[in-house]
Amino acid sequence: MELLREALAYAQSRPELFWEAFVRHIVLVLTAISIALVICLPLGVWTARSRWASLTFINLVNTLRVIPSIAVLFLMLPYFGLSFQSAAIALTILAMPPILINTDAAFRTLNPAIREAAQGMGMDALTIFRKVELPLALPIILTGIRTALVEVIASATLAAFIGAGGLGNFIVLGSQLRNEAILLVGAIPVAIMAILAEVGMSALQRSVQVPL
Amino acid sequence: MAYIEFVNVSKQFPGALRPSVNNCSLAIEQGTFVVLLGLSGCGKTTLLKMVNRLHEPTSGHILIDGEDIRHLPVTALRQRIGYVIQQTGLFPHMTVAQNIAVVPKLLGWQRERIESRIDELLTLIELPPAEYRHRYPSQLSGGQQQRVGLARALAGDPEVMLMDEPFGAIDAITRATLQDEMIFLQRQLQKTILFVTHDVEEALRLADKIVVMDMGCIVQYDTPFRILTRPANQFVTNLVGADDTVRHLSLISVERAMQSPPPDFHVNGQPRIALHDNLRNALSLLLRTGTQTLVVAQDEHPVGILTMGQIQHLVGRVHEL
Repeated sequence: MELLREALAYAQSRPELFWEAFVRHIVLVLTAISIALVICLPLGVWTARSRWASLTFINLVNTLRVIPSIAVLFLMLPYFGLSFQSAAIALTILAMPPILINTDAAFRTLNPAIREAAQGMGMDALTIFRKVELPLALPIILTGIRTALVEVIASATLAAFIGAGGLGNFIVLGSQLRNEAILLVGAIPVAIMAILAEVGMSALQRSVQVPL
Repeated sequence: MAYIEFVNVSKQFPGALRPSVNNCSLAIEQGTFVVLLGLSGCGKTTLLKMVNRLHEPTSGHILIDGEDIRHLPVTALRQRIGYVIQQTGLFPHMTVAQNIAVVPKLLGWQRERIESRIDELLTLIELPPAEYRHRYPSQLSGGQQQRVGLARALAGDPEVMLMDEPFGAIDAITRATLQDEMIFLQRQLQKTILFVTHDVEEALRLADKIVVMDMGCIVQYDTPFRILTRPANQFVTNLVGADDTVRHLSLISVERAMQSPPPDFHVNGQPRIALHDNLRNALSLLLRTGTQTLVVAQDEHPVGILTMGQIQHLVGRVHEL
C-alpha cells in the first residue's frame, strides 16, 4: 500500500509528464492497430479464397512475429531513428498475425452450403459479403483484434527503450533508479488498459455472436 | 408447350475425363413435379444446377418459358427460381422471418407485403408464425429447418423450384412426413419442380415424371408407373427394382382396381380403405386382417369393394396398364 501511495504521489507531482506519456501510449496503440487492420482485414478476405495467398502471407506474418519486438525496434533505428515511426512499425508487426490469421480462418470456415444458398437465391457478390459472410465472420475476427490489442497495449511499453515515449518511460526510469514506485506509475495504467480492452472487446464480441 | 427445356446440354468440368452431363435434351411441362433419379455422380445435380446457372453448360442451351436463360442477368434469373438444398443453407444469424424475407427484399417488395407473405408461408408449412417468426435456425429441429428452407425458396412466388436432395439428411420418419407435405403443397401450388434424389421410393412417391440418369445421360423420362412397368433397359430395371411386384402396387390407386359391390353384398364391419389410397396399402391391410374383401370408402361412404382376387388379377396384367 505504501508503494501505491508513493506511486500516486509521484504521478500527481508531475501531471503533465504522466498525461503526456499516457496519451502517447494510447496513440501508439491505436496507430499500430489501425495500420494492422487496414492491411490485414482485406488481406484476410483475399487469403481465405486463395490457398497460395494464405500460405504465403500467413507464413510471412508469422515469421515476422518470431523476431522479438525489442529486436525489431532496434532494427528500425537505422531507417527511422529514435522515433515514433520505429515504435509504431514494431507494434504493427506484432498486431498483424492474430488479425490476419483470424480473418482468414473466419471466412475460410464459413459453411459452403450457406454461400451456395445465398448465390442460388440471387444475391450479388457484394450483398453476399455484406449481409451473409461478414456478419458470420465477425465474431472470429473480433477475437483476433482482441488478442492483438492486448498484446500491443502491453508491448507498447518497449517504445521507451528507443525514446519513443509512452508509459514505458516510467518503467524504464523506475528500473534504472531501482525505484519500484516509479515503475508502477507505468505498469499499473498499462495493466488496467489491457484489462479494459479485454473486457470491452469480449462484450462487443458477445453482441455480434451468432445464436448457437 | 414445355416450360423448361434442355437442348443438347453438356457439361464437362475442367480436368474431368468425361462429361458430367452428356448431350441431354429434356422438355418439362409447366406445373409438373419432375424427379431426377440416379446414382451418385450420374450428373443429376449438375443438370439441376445449370438451371439457375450455378454451373454453366459447356454446350447446348436451356430455356425457361421459351427464353434462353443466358439472356437474363444471373441474379434476376435466380430470384425467379426457388432453390432448396440438402444442408438447408439457412442463414444462422437471421431469424426465420428474416431468412424468408431475403428474396422478397431482393425483389423490392413493400414491407407490409413481405410481412404478410412470411405469415402466409409459415402457416402453409405448419409452423405457427407467432411462435416461430423470431426463432433462429439453430433453435429448430432438422425437419423444421428444412421446412423453413422450403418456405424461403417459395417466398418470391417463383414459377420454378429446384430441390437438391432436400430430405436427404433427415431421419426416415420425418422424411416421410415432409414428402407427404410436399405432395400436399404441390397440389395447391402447382409449381414446376425439379427434384434431385437417389432414393427410389422418394422418386416414386413424389414424381409426376421421373428422369433416370446414368453416366451423364438421360436413360428414361417417363411416369413412375411406366418406369416400373416398362423400364428402358437393365440399368433402370435394377435401379428402380422394376421386378418388385409390391412396388408396382404402390403406384396403382385403389380406385383403379375396385369393383362395385355385388347385389348381395352387405357392409358388415369389413376393414375399410380410402379410395385414393394405393394397392400396396390395401394388400397390407388384407394380409394383416386376414380377410378377403375390403370396403372402399370415400369421405366415410362405402363406394365399392376390393378383393385379394382383383389385386392378383391386376398384378398379372400390370404391363398392359
